[in-house]
Amino acid sequence: MNYAMIFRILGWMLVFEAGFMAPSAIVAAVYREASVIWLFVSMAIVTAVGLFLRAVSRPHHHRIYAREGAVICALIWFLYSIFGALPFKLSGYIPDMFDAVFETASGFTTTGASILSDVEVLPHWLLFWRSFTHWVGGMGILVFVMAIIPLASGGSAMYLMKAESPGPSVKKMVPKASQTAGLLYKMYIFLTVLQLLILVLGRMPLFDAFCITFGTAGTGGFSVLNSGCATYTIFQQVVITVFMILFGTNFSVFYLIMLGRIREVPKVSEAMTYYGIIGAAVALITVNIRGSYTSIGLSIKDAAFQVGSIITTTGFATTDFNIWPAFSKWILILLMFVGACAGSTGGGIKVSRVQVVFKAIMKELDSVIHPNDVRKIRYDGKVLDHAVLRGINVFITAYFVVFGLSVLLVSVDNFGLETNFSAVAATLNNIGPGLGGVGPASNFSGYGAFSTCVLIFDMIAGRLEILPVLILLSPHTWVEGPVLRGKRVRRSREVENDLMMCGSLEMELG
Amino acid sequence: MNIIVVGCGKVGAKLCADLCREGHDVTVVDKSDSVVNQICDRFDVMGFSGNGASYQVLQEADIVHADLVIAVTGVDEVNLLVCLIARKAGHCQTIARVQNPEYNQEAGFLKEELGLALVINQEFTSAQEVARVLKFPSAIEINTFAKGKAELLHFRIPKDSVLDGMNLNELHERLRCHVLVCTRERDNEMVIPQGNTVLRSGDVISIVAPGDEQTEFFRKIGLNTHAVRNVMIAGGGDIAYYLSRILIRSGIQVKIIEKELARCEQLADLLPKATIIHGDASDKELLVEEGIARTEGFVALTGIDEENVILSLFARSMGIRKIVTKVDRSAFAEVFDQLDLDTMIAPKNITAEHIVTYVRAMQNSFGSNIETLHRMMDDQAEALEFLIRDSFTHKNIPLRDMKFRKGALVACISRKGKVILPRGDDWIEVGDTAVVITSIKGVSDIDDIFEK
Repeated sequence: MNYAMIFRILGWMLVFEAGFMAPSAIVAAVYREASVIWLFVSMAIVTAVGLFLRAVSRPHHHRIYAREGAVICALIWFLYSIFGALPFKLSGYIPDMFDAVFETASGFTTTGASILSDVEVLPHWLLFWRSFTHWVGGMGILVFVMAIIPLASGGSAMYLMKAESPGPSVKKMVPKASQTAGLLYKMYIFLTVLQLLILVLGRMPLFDAFCITFGTAGTGGFSVLNSGCATYTIFQQVVITVFMILFGTNFSVFYLIMLGRIREVPKVSEAMTYYGIIGAAVALITVNIRGSYTSIGLSIKDAAFQVGSIITTTGFATTDFNIWPAFSKWILILLMFVGACAGSTGGGIKVSRVQVVFKAIMKELDSVIHPNDVRKIRYDGKVLDHAVLRGINVFITAYFVVFGLSVLLVSVDNFGLETNFSAVAATLNNIGPGLGGVGPASNFSGYGAFSTCVLIFDMIAGRLEILPVLILLSPHTWVEGPVLRGKRVRRSREVENDLMMCGSLEMELG
Repeated sequence: MNIIVVGCGKVGAKLCADLCREGHDVTVVDKSDSVVNQICDRFDVMGFSGNGASYQVLQEADIVHADLVIAVTGVDEVNLLVCLIARKAGHCQTIARVQNPEYNQEAGFLKEELGLALVINQEFTSAQEVARVLKFPSAIEINTFAKGKAELLHFRIPKDSVLDGMNLNELHERLRCHVLVCTRERDNEMVIPQGNTVLRSGDVISIVAPGDEQTEFFRKIGLNTHAVRNVMIAGGGDIAYYLSRILIRSGIQVKIIEKELARCEQLADLLPKATIIHGDASDKELLVEEGIARTEGFVALTGIDEENVILSLFARSMGIRKIVTKVDRSAFAEVFDQLDLDTMIAPKNITAEHIVTYVRAMQNSFGSNIETLHRMMDDQAEALEFLIRDSFTHKNIPLRDMKFRKGALVACISRKGKVILPRGDDWIEVGDTAVVITSIKGVSDIDDIFEK
């Protein structure tokens, strides 16, 4: 384990976090808010810690492997959540440290679950920071930094990107990892600016437009009004709906469009299935809730907004779907698990995994009927590698293990089953509001410190797709054989040579 | 540049490493899924699995925007087909690896007719390199420049040599020989020496010297310069074939030991003057019976690195004068270095050198072209030969007035077919080729070695 290199990268990343805080200062300047002093204090602390980490780390060699990639990725998300909570805590708007970290983790992981019952009392700069974390976390923190500076050389960069990017198999669009990261961010920024312009043209206040756009782009779901999105005009709600669905789409679709290969778009089966699921869910819910609406149009609008909000794991609300009929609520619960497309900013299990699992079930059924049948699972016309299939199966198993244990752990706070179940579902899938006690009209403040920590873990585990975070819990990640341990290496030249040999052996074995 | 590498064997992987380090956008294609995944994990490249000769796969790898396609699979026909299709599908240059002796004789025709930029035969070039050191056994490695007219000789300073403890300023005076020491290796570290650098026995140094002075120099420091008279080759692959042809032509006796009977018959047919032994080269009795003790040169060219190393160690224990070992997996080079085997060759590195030469020249089509590139000591330093064009900023200035960057040296200048060993008052003019030894990375133009 290359601890020095891990510290070095973490240090760099923290300095970047201070950079991410900077735009909020502009907002404070516009609204002339004096409490912004706490933002500067936070920035100073984060920078100091980052530079300290960087100063104390002296990497023996710069090579990092899959293990380091996963550890860096998981640690950075926890660190960002903890240090990002400083403005909330220091300014006193969220006095409890756990609550503040929860709010920030919810922001970076684009969950959108809040412990605040009244968001309108927060100063503008703090609201802006809260929403901006969505935008940063949406496409990925490491991906962003990788697009700007070469954090790691050679294949190492790919290990970082793999650990952070959602989806069963991460593919590059262009040969270099940094260029791929840059390309993703170009598309991300383009869509963000587009939505912002349309919302401003649709007469949404500028500040609201910024925050709502960040929430949509990262599929986060923090809003700036206590009423969520209910008070925005129908046009604005429709715009938000459309963009939520767009940001939940696999970005390779946009890449195809960018290259002018529009004819190939319908061949991206994940995106098509995703749109199909949305269509079906909207239709079913519209029929189910039509009784409580005066016109069919309004019920379609609310159904579409809510379906889009849940499947993309954004979590905006225009209405309290907690009071919808059970059938509609259950559809929403199912959508929570399905989640958005791989390679998008959304969370959840991902449409492509669900597709593959269904294909695998069909294959197993088939092999019961024809025991000697040889059959391969195809996806987008290509035979799926067994390793990918195994990865998906293990992911889903691990996913439900984490889910079950989390529900068990948060049950100590003695809320109802619906509340606990949906609270974990809403955080592990990075959605935000759940049902019952954590529905769109309520919040997560009822949970105690212990449950809050469990939910913070769930949010980050959900964002990084479980395994990179579970790796942190394995002792084998941290402890290695005696020869490779950092201290002994420097003792004699012989051992150093051994290490070099082991290093090249490791490289040789991949 | 956008470069597509088809085939991710040993050569392909080495190319990925080199081209990535030089900052190119590399896409790899290989028929094996797992190989592609492995390469993508190790290097910052994009990978596709599939048949590289298929139009569709090349499309997927974005052939339209590629500047260069390099086909280095193990099959010649596939490589040629890849290049052919790549040229039709995009606007790129193509490089093919061709190893079969039958095609080798037609390399010129193939290059012309298929529009290939470069045909690489690493077996043939490796054989040439081995033949050079067999003809001059005191050298560990010999790099040639200026179409073979200038040579960079690497050799280890023997025990109790006059060179031991001598510094370079004294060298010229005491030996009365005009040679230029270009590099010195000690403890896995390479330096480009200055006047006060001291040599010790056990160091590996490289020198440039005009032909006649070279022999003189080696005689004075007590190293034998006679070519070996007979060579035993373990393993009868393509390199062995090419090598035997070269050696036989210079009157050196060749004995090849090959395991496979069919291959033996084929070799016997192709090389009537060589002795072909059918048997396992790792059989000690056989080696002794075939007179390894009386052999002056031993070349281990079997397909297995470990076997080659063991055979060479055995040959050394028999006191053979010159031993050459083929080692393909250079990741373990440190281990092999400690064994103090005489000459080691890695065919894939030779191919990579050629391709990197071409790529750098392609990038720099307006400046001074790179003619030749040799890497030394795990890529710690490079020897580059430049063709000087009009754009050269330091033309016709005496060398002593040029401001070189640290770690750069002009080793020799070749003007109108004559090799000049440069001194302070020599100059470089348009039309010359100049050999530069440098530890600066990624030099693609001779202007890169001067202070800006």
